[in-house]
Amino acid sequence: MSTANSQSAPISHTILSLPDQSTARMPKRSYLNNEDGLLSWLLTGDHKRIAILYLISITFFFFIGGAFAGLIRLELLTPQPDLVSADTYNKFFTMHGIIMVFLFLVPSVPATLGNFLIPIMLGAKDLAFPKINLLSWYLYLIGGTLTLAALVLGGVDTGWTFTTPLSTHYLNTHVLTAATAIFIAGFSSIFTGLNFIVTIHRMRCPGMTWFRMPLFVWSHYAASLLMVLGTPVLAIALVLVALERIAGIGVFDPAKGGDPLLFQHLFWFYSHPAVYIMILPGMGVISEVISTFSRKRVFGYTAVAFSSVAIALFGFFVWEHHMFIMGVSNYSALVFSLLTMLVAVPSAIKIFNWTFTLQKGSITFETPMLYAFGFMGLFTIGGLTGVFLGSLGMDIHLTETYFIVAHFHFVMVGGMLMAFLAGVHFWWPKMTGRMYPESLSKLAAVTTFIGFNLTFLPQFILGYLGMPRRYHAYPPEFQVLNVLSTAGATVLGIGYMLPLLYLGWSLKYGAIAGNNPWQATGLEWQIQSPPITPNFIETPIMDHEAYDYEWLANQTKHEVTTVG
Amino acid sequence: MDSAITNTEHAIHAEHEHASLPQHRHHFETEEQQREVGTFGMWLFLLTEIMFFGGLFFAYLLYRNWYYPAFAVASNQLSVPLGAFNTVMLISSGFCMAVGVWAAEVRKKNLLVLMLILTTFFGLVFIGVKGVEYHEKYENHHIPGADFSVAQFVNPAAYGIKEQPLSPDMAQHTEIYFFLYFAMTGMHAVHMIIGIVLLFWLIRRANRGDFSSGYVAPIENFGLYWHFVDIVWLFLFPLLYLINRHPLH
Amino acid sequence: MDRFISPVLWQFLTKWLHASALFPAEASGISPYVDALYFFLLLMTIIGTTLVAVLLLTFCLRYRREKNPVATQVEGSTLLEATWTIIPLAIFLLVFVWGALLYFRIYDPPTNAMNIYIVGKQWMWKAEHPGGQHEINALHVPTGRPVQLTMISQDVFHSFSIPDFRVKREVIPGRYSTVWFEATEPGTYHLFCTQYCGTLHSMMIGEVTVLTPDDYKKWLDQSNSGMSLAQNGERLFASMGCNACHSGNAAARGPNLAGVYGSKLILTDGSERLVDDAYLRDAILNPSQHVTAGYAPIMPTYQGQISEDGLIDLVEYIKGLQNNYRVQQTLMTSQSDQAAPTTPTAATNETGKP
Repeated sequence: MSTANSQSAPISHTILSLPDQSTARMPKRSYLNNEDGLLSWLLTGDHKRIAILYLISITFFFFIGGAFAGLIRLELLTPQPDLVSADTYNKFFTMHGIIMVFLFLVPSVPATLGNFLIPIMLGAKDLAFPKINLLSWYLYLIGGTLTLAALVLGGVDTGWTFTTPLSTHYLNTHVLTAATAIFIAGFSSIFTGLNFIVTIHRMRCPGMTWFRMPLFVWSHYAASLLMVLGTPVLAIALVLVALERIAGIGVFDPAKGGDPLLFQHLFWFYSHPAVYIMILPGMGVISEVISTFSRKRVFGYTAVAFSSVAIALFGFFVWEHHMFIMGVSNYSALVFSLLTMLVAVPSAIKIFNWTFTLQKGSITFETPMLYAFGFMGLFTIGGLTGVFLGSLGMDIHLTETYFIVAHFHFVMVGGMLMAFLAGVHFWWPKMTGRMYPESLSKLAAVTTFIGFNLTFLPQFILGYLGMPRRYHAYPPEFQVLNVLSTAGATVLGIGYMLPLLYLGWSLKYGAIAGNNPWQATGLEWQIQSPPITPNFIETPIMDHEAYDYEWLANQTKHEVTTVG
Repeated sequence: MDSAITNTEHAIHAEHEHASLPQHRHHFETEEQQREVGTFGMWLFLLTEIMFFGGLFFAYLLYRNWYYPAFAVASNQLSVPLGAFNTVMLISSGFCMAVGVWAAEVRKKNLLVLMLILTTFFGLVFIGVKGVEYHEKYENHHIPGADFSVAQFVNPAAYGIKEQPLSPDMAQHTEIYFFLYFAMTGMHAVHMIIGIVLLFWLIRRANRGDFSSGYVAPIENFGLYWHFVDIVWLFLFPLLYLINRHPLH
Repeated sequence: MDRFISPVLWQFLTKWLHASALFPAEASGISPYVDALYFFLLLMTIIGTTLVAVLLLTFCLRYRREKNPVATQVEGSTLLEATWTIIPLAIFLLVFVWGALLYFRIYDPPTNAMNIYIVGKQWMWKAEHPGGQHEINALHVPTGRPVQLTMISQDVFHSFSIPDFRVKREVIPGRYSTVWFEATEPGTYHLFCTQYCGTLHSMMIGEVTVLTPDDYKKWLDQSNSGMSLAQNGERLFASMGCNACHSGNAAARGPNLAGVYGSKLILTDGSERLVDDAYLRDAILNPSQHVTAGYAPIMPTYQGQISEDGLIDLVEYIKGLQNNYRVQQTLMTSQSDQAAPTTPTAATNETGKP
């Protein structure tokens, strides 16, 4: 990095450093063309190919889930239930929830970016269990196909939360199909997490100590702990729902002595950690992006690493905050409310650490950084509104209203989805060898941000007014806010369509990226773009700290020789 | 549920390690790393299984606490001799498996094959006895669902059962006990069946000599799995069969 | 609330925003307290977000590449870490305590609360006043009196929500849940079901009408549809044969129920239980787990034979039972297998009707 000299060339407002496009070529061999043919992809063990397979399938399900969101918002333009029937509407929000939570948010960053990057970031050639990785993708596909089957056969209307006894005794839609689909998709998640944990423990290259790993890896480690320990409990909860439906065993039936609240405990024991499974990998992305575009080591690396693990740990002990008004004992509510307040603190720590990474940095505003800023603002709001809900007396008024809907969309869409897009843009050149078009992507990022706020800020107000969730029709005085929300959703939809279009375009027409277009630290940026199948020509030795920009500046050879 | 595939993949992958496909060998630096990774992975998988069964144990804890009389009476309907016999079968199979792992490590192929066969045999006996027990439940209308009947609990004398009669509302709760019985032993049986299928496959490979030349990871890791299934039963047996038994009275 | 912040500001925040359809009405005693916590949390959020945004903006401007081409590597600062750990934690703990106090207030009804029963079923609300007034998807309450709602579902989970009162509670099958409020402003307010319960979940809405005490009394008189809940309960008590064992006689097979409500019973297993609504309902449905010490476990279960409405009637009846005089009257008239006496006696002159 040259020092500023007003006499010579002005300082570029971007750190993007592409090879000379007139002579640059895509590398002859990479993981993309190493083997040809559909079967070589469908039977691959290469973590990078599996990541791409996941990326394609996740994108597919995202847009289906998004279509349902569009339909929901369309219906909610008017207070009357005039677009679709009540049952159809109930199926809309159920499918939207199931697809977005289980088929998009949970696997999004881990299965795409995590799969692609973790071995490379650790200096390994692949994950510990490549075949289990592939199996994980197939399980995801089977789960996704079964979900689509449930949809096509007529839909499910339990809500993504499968509340009993509604789901077990009072609905005759395709509950079993959906439950089976999620059961199978859950194993996809378990195997991904298992793979990551073993890889991180056992396959770090020489010199790669725990505290030299990128924070992206720490986040995935924490998320993997949650995946591995939490998802099996969801599995058993779904098995019990299925048994209750099939055989009427009585486990959740008060008339037979069963307790429907037992389902709530089992379900939320997973589903609360699930939200941390969703957000932690995104936080990992943010660490990488903010560091790169400030040219600085993340402020308080150790604090950020430990807070990831702390979130995972505390995250297991707060599930009852989804049940505060369900007749649980007041004293248990006290305990869980206190723990909920504790789990909020590590997230706050991270936000401040990222903010202070910017201080004394050298900041540029490429698209991944814009998404990261969006994340910071929106996750702060989303996280703080979580504190509203963790506060017992406040929760009574706010729970089961649009306030909750706004809260979780802020953290999941404003947070997680923005982080996912930040990551996809940031590592796009590494995964594909091509750059995306910067101006268009900036436009998409800003559009998304504006659309998002317009969609979900009114929902906080609606929530306090008392508008319940999952309502097909509503009192007329809520209409203005709903119309605003739908308008925002339209803008948001456009913002999400754009990347689909220009990222696809870039595969053929994008600029050749070279190995390290962002001039970032991290082992993934020291190898070819796209990488060769074994990632490294020889096993790297990690002899410097993570985010070591001084090391980077001293490297005379930034690029590993491409395979000719 | 998917341990079959897990182990299959473990073993296939590991096999390729020593067979002809070079790329799979390359992603591990050393054979020791590969072996450690395999064992670590299996322990982690078993941890997920603990969480899976844990949900059922939690439900058991809750309902036994609420409906103790129903649980006690219903538990008395189970056959302790059969359950104890099954426990011995499983412990024997576990012992054989442990000897098998040792045999693999000291490269005694015939002993290994014999032990694997014995493990399978004991496992099959276990499943057979379970089948007998389940059938008996079916005949007594103790399978939860539409066919469930509390008659034997409300009026045991009429069926020649030496038990205190339960009042109808408490008797209704025996259905919850039996649901837990079938769910927990059923889950356990599913895991055993998967294990037995894997055993057949392992026997075939062991017979070919795959595991008697220093490559023991599949046997070791399967042993871990099998012992885990064993341990789950050691919890299930007293919790389900031995509630409020007074053998000396 | 005027004590803590300017009355004008409070007026703005609540009344004016309400007039702009951006804020719910404050129609119950607890509403201002909930709103106060809400405004504090809003303030916390605005300050927190602004802080982060301002820091972000300042750093981005001051340290953008054109102005600061070379970054200075900074490891961290334990002092800063401690600061932004402890301050948020302190604020969150304050919020925890405040919220917990509110929660206990909303869910612990005062002892002088009048009781109204709510039964939720797909897809309507039934409100049952002790005097026998029945409402569907509506609730009439007076101002100035604590009202406790004792609620149960006949089928799935529902949730009873009156946003303008800031109260809400899940309505569960199998056991009672309660919530209380004291309405302060006459008017009509929304009542919603907020737990997804199937097809017509969005139609399970109603209107809460708050009347002045005089108007409420008038309403009670005019909507009286006959028997009160307790009277209905008395009828059921006899027709279901409860009076046979719970006759109040010294040698009766079942314990005396007069005055049992609110007392502490010792059960056969040695445990001590408070007799409240939930206990009574449970004892009728699961008698074997509620056997009073000294009695045999011979009470049959009524599970499946009596509706939630019927149970409410019985509970209400037993709550008010002070002596067994009428129990014994109904007992005599319901024992029809006895030969009718030839001369009229005092017993047969009673018809057992109210």
